[in-house]
Amino acid sequence: MSQVVDAPVPVDVELRPTPPIEMRRAVRLGLSGGAAMVLVAATGIVATFQPRMVIDPIVPLGTMFLYLVAFAFGWMASQPPRTLEGFAPAVVGKRNVMAGALAGLLAGLCVGTLLILMTVFDLRGVFIELSPSLVEILSLGFPVGAAVVVIAVISAAAGALGAGVHLLPIRFRRSLMSALIWVAFFSLLTDLFGQLFVGLNVDFVIDLIYTSRGGALTVVGAVVVLVLFFALYWYLGGRENTLRERVQSMPKDRRVRWQIGAAAVILVVLYFIPRLMGPFVSQILVTAGIYLLMALGLNIVVGYAGLLDLGYVAFFAVGAYAGAILTSPQSPALSPELTLVVAIPFVMLAAAIAGIVVATPVIRMRGDYLAIVTLGFGEIARILLNSEWLAPYFGGAQGITNIPDLQVGPLTFSTPEDYFYPVFLFVLLAAYITLAVQNSRWGRAWMAMREDESVAEAMGVNIVTAKLSAFVVGAVLASFGGALFGSQIGSVFPHSFDIVVSITILVIIIVGGMGSVPGVTLGALVLIVLPNLLREFSEFQFLFYGVLLIAMMLKRPEGFIPSKRRAQELHSEELAQDAWLEIYGEKGQAEVVPEGRA
Amino acid sequence: MTQAATVDARPTRRASRITPVSIFLWGLRIAALAVILYGSYLSISSGRLTASQWRDLLVFGVSTGSVYSLIALGYTMVYGVLRFINFAHGEVFMIGAMMAFYVANALATTSLWVDNPIVSLLIVLVTAMVTSTAVAVTIERIAYRPLRGAPRLIPLITSIGASFTIQYLVRGLVGPSTKAFPRMEPLRGTFEFGGFVILRSQVVVIVAALVMMLLLYLFVEKTRTGKSMRAVSEDAETAALMGIDVDRTIVKVFAVGGAMAGVAGALWGLVFPSLNFFSGFLPGIKAFTSAVLGGIGNIVGAMLGGVSLGIFESVGPSLVLAGYEIPAFSQLKDVVAYSALVLVLIFRPTGILGERLAQERG
Amino acid sequence: MKTKRGLKLLALLAVLTLVIAACGGGEGGEDTTTTAGTDEPTTTAGGDEPTTTAGGGTTMPAGDLGVVEVAAGEAIKIGSLQSISGDTASLGTDQVRATEIAIADKGEILGHPIELAFNEDDTCGAEGGQAGATRIIADPQVVAVIGTSCSGAGVPASNVVTSAGRVLVSGSNTSPVLTSDLAGNEGPEHHPGYFRTAHNDAIQGAAAAKFVFEELGLTQVATINDGDPYTQGLTSAFEFSFTELGGTVVLPTAVTADQTDMRPVLTEVAAAGAELIFFPIFQPAGDFLAEQALEVAGLEDVVLMGADGLLSDTYVVLPQTENMYFSGPQTPTGDAYDEFVGKYEAEYGEAPIQSFHAHSYDATNMVFAAIEAVATDDGGTLTIDLQALRDELHAMTWEGLTGTLSCDEYGDCAAPNIDILQNTADTADIAAVRGNVLATYSAEDLGF
Repeated sequence: MSQVVDAPVPVDVELRPTPPIEMRRAVRLGLSGGAAMVLVAATGIVATFQPRMVIDPIVPLGTMFLYLVAFAFGWMASQPPRTLEGFAPAVVGKRNVMAGALAGLLAGLCVGTLLILMTVFDLRGVFIELSPSLVEILSLGFPVGAAVVVIAVISAAAGALGAGVHLLPIRFRRSLMSALIWVAFFSLLTDLFGQLFVGLNVDFVIDLIYTSRGGALTVVGAVVVLVLFFALYWYLGGRENTLRERVQSMPKDRRVRWQIGAAAVILVVLYFIPRLMGPFVSQILVTAGIYLLMALGLNIVVGYAGLLDLGYVAFFAVGAYAGAILTSPQSPALSPELTLVVAIPFVMLAAAIAGIVVATPVIRMRGDYLAIVTLGFGEIARILLNSEWLAPYFGGAQGITNIPDLQVGPLTFSTPEDYFYPVFLFVLLAAYITLAVQNSRWGRAWMAMREDESVAEAMGVNIVTAKLSAFVVGAVLASFGGALFGSQIGSVFPHSFDIVVSITILVIIIVGGMGSVPGVTLGALVLIVLPNLLREFSEFQFLFYGVLLIAMMLKRPEGFIPSKRRAQELHSEELAQDAWLEIYGEKGQAEVVPEGRA
Repeated sequence: MTQAATVDARPTRRASRITPVSIFLWGLRIAALAVILYGSYLSISSGRLTASQWRDLLVFGVSTGSVYSLIALGYTMVYGVLRFINFAHGEVFMIGAMMAFYVANALATTSLWVDNPIVSLLIVLVTAMVTSTAVAVTIERIAYRPLRGAPRLIPLITSIGASFTIQYLVRGLVGPSTKAFPRMEPLRGTFEFGGFVILRSQVVVIVAALVMMLLLYLFVEKTRTGKSMRAVSEDAETAALMGIDVDRTIVKVFAVGGAMAGVAGALWGLVFPSLNFFSGFLPGIKAFTSAVLGGIGNIVGAMLGGVSLGIFESVGPSLVLAGYEIPAFSQLKDVVAYSALVLVLIFRPTGILGERLAQERG
Repeated sequence: MKTKRGLKLLALLAVLTLVIAACGGGEGGEDTTTTAGTDEPTTTAGGDEPTTTAGGGTTMPAGDLGVVEVAAGEAIKIGSLQSISGDTASLGTDQVRATEIAIADKGEILGHPIELAFNEDDTCGAEGGQAGATRIIADPQVVAVIGTSCSGAGVPASNVVTSAGRVLVSGSNTSPVLTSDLAGNEGPEHHPGYFRTAHNDAIQGAAAAKFVFEELGLTQVATINDGDPYTQGLTSAFEFSFTELGGTVVLPTAVTADQTDMRPVLTEVAAAGAELIFFPIFQPAGDFLAEQALEVAGLEDVVLMGADGLLSDTYVVLPQTENMYFSGPQTPTGDAYDEFVGKYEAEYGEAPIQSFHAHSYDATNMVFAAIEAVATDDGGTLTIDLQALRDELHAMTWEGLTGTLSCDEYGDCAAPNIDILQNTADTADIAAVRGNVLATYSAEDLGF
């Protein structure tokens, strides 16, 4: 291996200046942003969001969201390019702000054009949302001509602000952005926080920062939240080491004590969450928990074993129906009326059989075929459960109702608050299995199979057993979710088990971070809890899902909290470049490179 | 050429080992065959349907299947070149149908609709094609091009995201209500020839689909662009070395696929004149199933797969299930369709006509 | 090793969770428990609700559902749980509007204004029904809930709402499962405290069957549902009644709601020799069925019949639906109804969309009347005993837009009349179709 570097003597290489950002790019982004803003308006997002006040009484959500798009595109337009090797770091200054403003301006002009078109033509025959009330919202009360100018100016300002973010020093920027996100949480999740404060018996906080319980954030409230969290993040950002590093560096016994303390705190919080949050939020958490349970199961099938199963909902359905049949007195054919605890082993058995039934025909199939075939199986399951043919066993379209509550010995779990605990228990079980599997022989066999099937087989991995076992484990975990789901809602209907569930679970693990338990947890929280708490968003829920998916895949495909290995895999090129830069120093200084290390 | 012109990716021969799995799969094949044949025998011998009714079912299947074929072409071409399932293709089809709906409605208010139906139809077709093509190319540019070379799961997820995005954008723009296509008088009624009675609209669909597929086949086989598409689909790196602009070729692949989907959308409106934002989802899945059925990457395979799937759906329940006296067997037509996919892949893992794919690159 | 420690930690966590769940989670449960807060004014959140195990026909001990106290100047809160989004949005929106009109009409009860505190979406499914119901009853000040739109959502919702002591009154649930089969057998998902002003599916099925058999004189019928619990319940009821009358259901079959190609199933219908097809489904499947029926060989003379799911403007204007029959709840007549429609149109800019708007108006008003009857006034503070409210709803008779409402022991309050309508060349829109009544059947006519 020849050495890459010739000169062993450190030399101060003259750096070339990074070229300034291109205005042409800003123009392109401005027009794209304009298209995005027009779509946001024309699909009715603005009109639906408008009634909600972000900050009472000045900032309605609809208009704010619209100009947020301009802000975002201004941010993108003014983003300084990456510092390449041999170049000086980019200069961030007025030009960036101009680029941002330009992008914003163009976007605003697109909206202005839409406004003009709306007032001249009546387009409601095709685009139903382009109504006079939308005109009113967009024009902000001004007559059309003036409104176009106003919109353009505000968009430009928003774009400039977006650009301005790049100019801020890092610590300030991070603190500000985090604080703003918290303001958004406080203003949108009013139910949640209201419930929390009431539960903690600090009702006065509600009066302080909100207009009323369940109302909107006031200006005072927004400022308070902003300042508080800004200070918090500023303080945290200033510390040298992160919390994790400090914990790792502790001596062993201190660390163990610290971890036990943390676990105790978590448990105490856990005990209180359902009590504090009330039935509605507990219900949402239970739903999220069930999805999380299934996501962990799918994580094993897709993340570890590399088998893209798009019909995972079939196992969910098997668990739900098995639980229903075994426990409900309403079950049409078989009605042993067991308690769920006794029925669980049979549910697991049913799931295992289902897993084998699904896995066996697809053993020899390649990745993408596997996907479409499993999707087919998912649909087949739903159709069969709904069919008149099997109605004598499964209840058909009328489903199976009257599923009794969970009973463990003397305890009965009936309300959502009650169900929180068993669901959490099962989630822990699933997490345990996930971690245990990761470094076990099975796990390694799966991962080898995922990487390259032929090589794995050559290394002695029995592909058939590996695939079967992956499906079975995934199926059993999903069946737990199904049984709990049926028990909690009290009835099972076929239309709850459609393909959207499979895809949602897949999105959770991808967006959250495949292979990492905290990632999947975060994914479940974001994708299940948020839409349920933000009612206005529920109409556009899948639109945001779609955009989120695309954005995540383009920018951060490893997910929010990825497992380290996965992040490394996906960013291998960038990591290689960073490694290269490390060897040769930031300023292009050629360092002494020992022989043999290339 | 030492290498075969078509890369028929057969799995490595493991058949010499008799494993439990292979026994099981053989058992499955035999059992499936037995079930199908016996059920068919029962259905036909019961005389429930007359011969002309069986023929009708067949024709229905062929016409729906033709629409599936057109959509399947887009899937198969993209998969052949980029090796991923473009979930958003069903939405491309839906947008073509939507555009066809609005144009048709607009035209129906003019005299052109009645006076010159062929011209009207052509206008509808062309606008649908153009719109679908534009959408397909846009998606490629925004969502897929930056991900060229990423592990296969990533573009797949992106395409799912794109599918949702388009569906709900359309829902927001035009509303969730069902749109009804205007009637086209010359298309109503039937053709009769030689004792056959067949609906006019279905004849138009089948003929139009055949024509488009023939044109596509000629395009891919005879023209230069087609040649570069085949080259890129076989070996992208070498094609680039030979001076083919891979990026532009891929864009053209998407464009052509989109155009086919647009035509399918317009034809759909003729045969099934009601449409909403979700109408692309199921045909999309069925179309991809068709592509796999016929052999992915293989254009003739897509055509064959589509028609086969249509026939399975249409004739299957009445032929196989009714014999066993299953109540409400028509409800199970999707089960038949998906089961057909599983069975075909078990019998012939690379699809009916075999695959035609780019070489595996590590 | 890191993972081992992680595992140990998890195990510890799991065990402790079990302990906590035992202490704080489950209720030491028998079948019924009384609420802890019977005598307290229930104004703080998180108050204990009475718990019952899910199961049909659990009776609550009398008088112990708690009370709602409404202080002077405060509003009486009710909640709405309807299908306001998705395919069934028109059904739910209609009923929410009817409730709002009822509130506006009533103005106030015993000096207290009325507030629609919740407008939740039941998403026409079990999860939505449960989530929405849970959200509403989390507010202890809510006295009653008007909803749900879909019976599938009604199943969990009736359990959640009634377990919390409140009443759930629906203007459009029709499934017998929620009340009874009208022959004295309690429905498996019946919970005391659930009422409805809409008819029972058994009645509409019987009415349609009677019309077809007696008026049209047809004896060979095919039924097609779309796999939805509502449509399947209707076809079941129809099949039962029709066979009882002496007719033959030659082909009971089904399609899927998103199906577009109906021709194969129609070919089977033709092969079975049906004279009439009863398909109480929704759009767009109904559009395709009607259109393709005319094209399939052997069905040129077949009679088509649908139900209230297809009674909408966008359906009856389609040329293929000409001469089709429909069954549906009777459209009310009279000045009171006209006044209601007038208010509806003035407020919302369009005519009532679906067939159940008047039923929700009646439901809401019934609740108001019952509250008025049982509430006790104590110096401006109203105390509403929830058990007394239930008893009053059972005992009272109410003259509503849809007729005389009187609730039986299982919650069916309607005096159901089913209209059989026909869409002819002369009926240009849905209002005209609704006016074109060929026959009306009451519960007595049908033998209930």
